[in-house]
Amino acid sequence: MSTGNLIEMRGVRKAFRFFTLEDLTLDLAPGQIMGFVGPNGAGKSTTIRLMLGMLGADAGEIRLLGSPMPEAQALAKRDVGFVSDTMRLFPQASLGWHLSFVASIYPRWDSAYAAQLVKRFNLRLEQTVRGLSSGEHAKAALLLALARRPRLLVLDEPTAGLDPVARHEVLTELMDVLRDESRSILFSSHNTVDVERISDTITFLDRGRIVESRDKEQFLDAWRRIQLRVPPGSTLPELPNIVNRIDDGQFTTLTTNGFTESVLPLLGERVREVQRMSLEEIFVATVMHHRETRS
Amino acid sequence: MHSGLNISQTDDRPMYLQIMEQIRQRIAAGDWEAGKELPSIRALAADLRVSVITVKRAYLDLESEGVIVTRHGKGSFVADAGGLAGEIHEQKLDEHLAAAAGIARLLGHSDDELHARLRRAKRNLDRK
Repeated sequence: MSTGNLIEMRGVRKAFRFFTLEDLTLDLAPGQIMGFVGPNGAGKSTTIRLMLGMLGADAGEIRLLGSPMPEAQALAKRDVGFVSDTMRLFPQASLGWHLSFVASIYPRWDSAYAAQLVKRFNLRLEQTVRGLSSGEHAKAALLLALARRPRLLVLDEPTAGLDPVARHEVLTELMDVLRDESRSILFSSHNTVDVERISDTITFLDRGRIVESRDKEQFLDAWRRIQLRVPPGSTLPELPNIVNRIDDGQFTTLTTNGFTESVLPLLGERVREVQRMSLEEIFVATVMHHRETRS
Repeated sequence: MHSGLNISQTDDRPMYLQIMEQIRQRIAAGDWEAGKELPSIRALAADLRVSVITVKRAYLDLESEGVIVTRHGKGSFVADAGGLAGEIHEQKLDEHLAAAAGIARLLGHSDDELHARLRRAKRNLDRK
């Protein structure tokens, strides 16, 4: 299982008393951004902790930068930057103190880049962490991870609670990381607009399972809403890959997760409109469909 | 580096189509001439803050349309003849010729007279 992928999970399982993560399989290739999307309680943060070796799995195989987790976690972590919104910096200490502290631990710390980021994120070195707003705290934590220039950034909700300007600044820096094609980012988010924009691959998690993990363009290409008008007496042909159908009088809406132009002739003049779907709509439809077929 | 391209969130079209359209416009307008090197996929992705895969898709589709050419390890370039700029100019020529033919008919000129006038116009241009 050595493919050069930065993250590899195969059939990972972890059971808790009321919740089980099951059959987690995913890959993150170099130079890619993976968006990790799931409703609250889907198991995103727990999956991230398994990936990073902070938690041992009951079954399956996990490799981080090629090293087995959790055994080699100290080794792999030197090259992984992890930021989560539950992580807190020291309230009494200044941002400048944090910069020198992290620099003393990581030999690859880039102090010129750190200084640039302080400026771009509108932060001040002398400011104590206690005095930072939640958005500034999030940017400070991200800065400390970015300036280490790790090969892999794992970000749990990096844009949560950020105002639009701060979000713009953060996304710009994340995309800048990707100019180097050997580095990758995995980030979890509820914000499907951010995920849709910057991710190369998207993984949907729901109730402890991976529901879908695909290339973003494939995702957006496969899903369509087809609006139809079905005159009385006419019936629709059986079509493959229909995940949802809503009838309202003569008007029918089909949602498909395997759209091809070839279904349109089958529907003929009944087609009124074929609409693309946003990632948010696809996400909700996937989760609902998955829950229906499982129950 | 700023490409000047942008992605609109209120545009219904997918992001890769928006990128293709803006590149086509720049080539058609002559701002991006044949042989010009396009920004690398990663540089344009970072610049637009969109995923690498989206820009890659736009470049691949433009390549299959013959608008750009990609040389491995060297980058992508605006295609020479036969590409979009050529096609658009051909189309423009047809439109102008049709308009000229219409006016000639209005004036009652014969075909020979129209041909002579066209030759004269070309000679004047060559002299300049």
